[in-house]
Amino acid sequence: MNAHLQPTGSAYFIAKETELAETHTLSVLVDNEPGVLARVIGLFSGRGYNIESLTVSETEHEAHLSRITIVTRGTPHVLDQIKNQLERLVPVHRVVDLTVRAGTLGHDRPIERELALVKVHGSGDHRVEALRLADAFRASVIDANIDHFVFEITGKPSKIEQFIAIMKPLGLIEVCRTGIAAMNRGPQGM
Amino acid sequence: MSGTENQMTGAEIVLQALRDNGVEHIFGYPGGAVLPIYDEIHQQDDIQHILVRHEQGAGHMAEGYARSTGKVGVMLVTSGPGATNAVTPLQDALMDSIPLVCISGQVPTSLIGSDAFQECDTVGITRPCTKHNWLVKDVNDLARIIHEAFRVAQSGRPGPVVVDIPKDVQFATGTYTPPSAVPTQKSYQPKKQGDLKKIEEAVELMRNARQPIIYSGGGVINSGPEASHLLRELVELTGFPITSTLMGLGAYPASGKAWLGMLGMHGTYEANMAMHDCDVMVCIGARFDDRITGRLNAFSPNSKKIHIDIDPSSINKNVRVDVPILGDVGTVLEDMVRLWRAASKSADKARLADWWEMITKWRARNSLAYTPNDDVIMPQYAIQRLYELSKDRDTYITTEVGQHQMWAAQFFGFEQPNRWMTSGGLGTMGYGFPAAIGAQVAHPDSLVIDIAGDASIQMCIQEMSCAVQYGLPVKIFILNNQYMGMVRQWQQLLHGNRLSHSYTEAMPDFVKLAEAYGGVGIRCDKPSELDAAIRKMIDTPAPVIFDCRVANLANCFPMIPSGKAHNEMLLPDEATDEAVANAIDAKGRQLV
Repeated sequence: MNAHLQPTGSAYFIAKETELAETHTLSVLVDNEPGVLARVIGLFSGRGYNIESLTVSETEHEAHLSRITIVTRGTPHVLDQIKNQLERLVPVHRVVDLTVRAGTLGHDRPIERELALVKVHGSGDHRVEALRLADAFRASVIDANIDHFVFEITGKPSKIEQFIAIMKPLGLIEVCRTGIAAMNRGPQGM
Repeated sequence: MSGTENQMTGAEIVLQALRDNGVEHIFGYPGGAVLPIYDEIHQQDDIQHILVRHEQGAGHMAEGYARSTGKVGVMLVTSGPGATNAVTPLQDALMDSIPLVCISGQVPTSLIGSDAFQECDTVGITRPCTKHNWLVKDVNDLARIIHEAFRVAQSGRPGPVVVDIPKDVQFATGTYTPPSAVPTQKSYQPKKQGDLKKIEEAVELMRNARQPIIYSGGGVINSGPEASHLLRELVELTGFPITSTLMGLGAYPASGKAWLGMLGMHGTYEANMAMHDCDVMVCIGARFDDRITGRLNAFSPNSKKIHIDIDPSSINKNVRVDVPILGDVGTVLEDMVRLWRAASKSADKARLADWWEMITKWRARNSLAYTPNDDVIMPQYAIQRLYELSKDRDTYITTEVGQHQMWAAQFFGFEQPNRWMTSGGLGTMGYGFPAAIGAQVAHPDSLVIDIAGDASIQMCIQEMSCAVQYGLPVKIFILNNQYMGMVRQWQQLLHGNRLSHSYTEAMPDFVKLAEAYGGVGIRCDKPSELDAAIRKMIDTPAPVIFDCRVANLANCFPMIPSGKAHNEMLLPDEATDEAVANAIDAKGRQLV
């Protein structure tokens, strides 16, 4: 978070960051009460942490618990701080760094999936090509008329990135992505 | 519970919940959105309401009340400007971990979001400056939320909370739930007990230390009087030297043998040198603030660090530690003392002899020295005399923020916890006087003194009216040097002595001001008359403003200049004009 600040020689001295930033995925279990998302986001902006992706939805309706998945980037020290600061929030039940957990479970990374809606406008060869590629990416057509498609695609973020990049020259109109949903492999819960 | 037995209006619920949480005093200011609660206050005698003159004053009074008693401070404000005026004390309490419950009125639920008169998004504005906050939309949730608010405010690392109550909820009738019937929130269960393995590891490190130091902080005070007692026991058992942060003064007595004085930017030479050279550092309820550490990459380079704190986010935040112990200071100290005693086969203090010899040499440097003057009152001398003349009394001290605050910390000796109230984290000018009023409300027969500066005191001076109304004999002792002294000192250090707007050209006549409010004013500008004037102040059974005219250009030393390490202090006898001007290099000037 402070990586851009150089040593100033002042009482607000900030040591030059020697650790490298890593991208981690956090799962945060919270009470689904008004303002809880604002608390989490406010913590990130107030303390200068990054949010690369954020998804949230109630996952246990009877207990009124929501699961927030945040992809963030920082040095291991900052990532530790993020976890500790999140745990300090009163409505937060648990915080799990899925990326760290994946490592201890012997996996490369947690399962991370995203859904995107992709609207493509075109006719003739472009239209045929878009449909052919969608098929290759296992994207399904959920709306179409004679000069457009809306594709639904699910997968790893990298796959979605790639699909969007390919659609660009074929008449990409707009994209909507859900952000990442994630959990660890294996039988254990968070 | 059946029938109408526990049916009350929202306003009645507020009062009942306050009573059930042991509240005796609240500090507040009425307004449209809290009138139903004020109507209830009018019809009862259990809880005394102190009418302030500005909501900021209410917050700082509640803080002073809380800090001097160990209880939760309570403030009551109206919607809109009432709530926004409460923001400064809320952030102040957050940074200094003061348990504070702020109840605010809100426009009726049907008007929320319509830009109604005196509407503001109170929970939105106060979210980052509270430990937690609530907007109560249903009167049946009100009692539970207030009980939860008290629990959150005073448990774990204490802090401020806000309960925002729309006016229609205050009027509505609902069920009152007593505190015992409210289940504790599952997501919030602070851990008090420290990990025994870690404590054993810490004790082992301490037993083998040759140059140890204990660095304690406000967490010891927050943990309660028993924690201070245990801290003293630990110091006695181990024979370790001890220093403390600004917030922790009084946990270990200033007259104690092992006391090195305060550490940090304006701490003593011996405390900072010992921190720099130690081999084992035991940090107890402190948070490695930047005013404490100086240059981080030169902070105590050769020590193993033990850190006891109840807040996991304080551990490894600024300084990486070797043995983190998560838990309540009092509980952990109990275990630590027990383990130390159990393992006491020849924990011989002789191994510390060389270390103490070194410390004695540093002490002899006499880093708090200043040049006495027969003609003008030196500010340090004024604090020394104030201390000498009040130390045998039941005294509580508060301060504003600036040079006077540091001099008070350096020269006033605190023997007990909860006797010293100052704005450490946020550095709020205007804190001290209302905090003193709060302390005086809690301790009506004690001597409560706000050590103030001439600039700070003007930030909440309106509360003189409150002190006079309630006959609270608070003493304001102003070190009047006509400057914002600390600003001027930094301008001398950082900005080529260009004193931009740090001189107050038009100062009120503080004696007349005191009289205008119905208090007593005293002025003194001669060292020879100071003692008699201070005695007169102490003996006056009314609010007093003491205008102590001190040397205008005195600076606060010792000091760790910007960007320097603990062992690179600027000492008073070395602080020539030239040394001051060159103390900070170009890089250090960029930030304070």
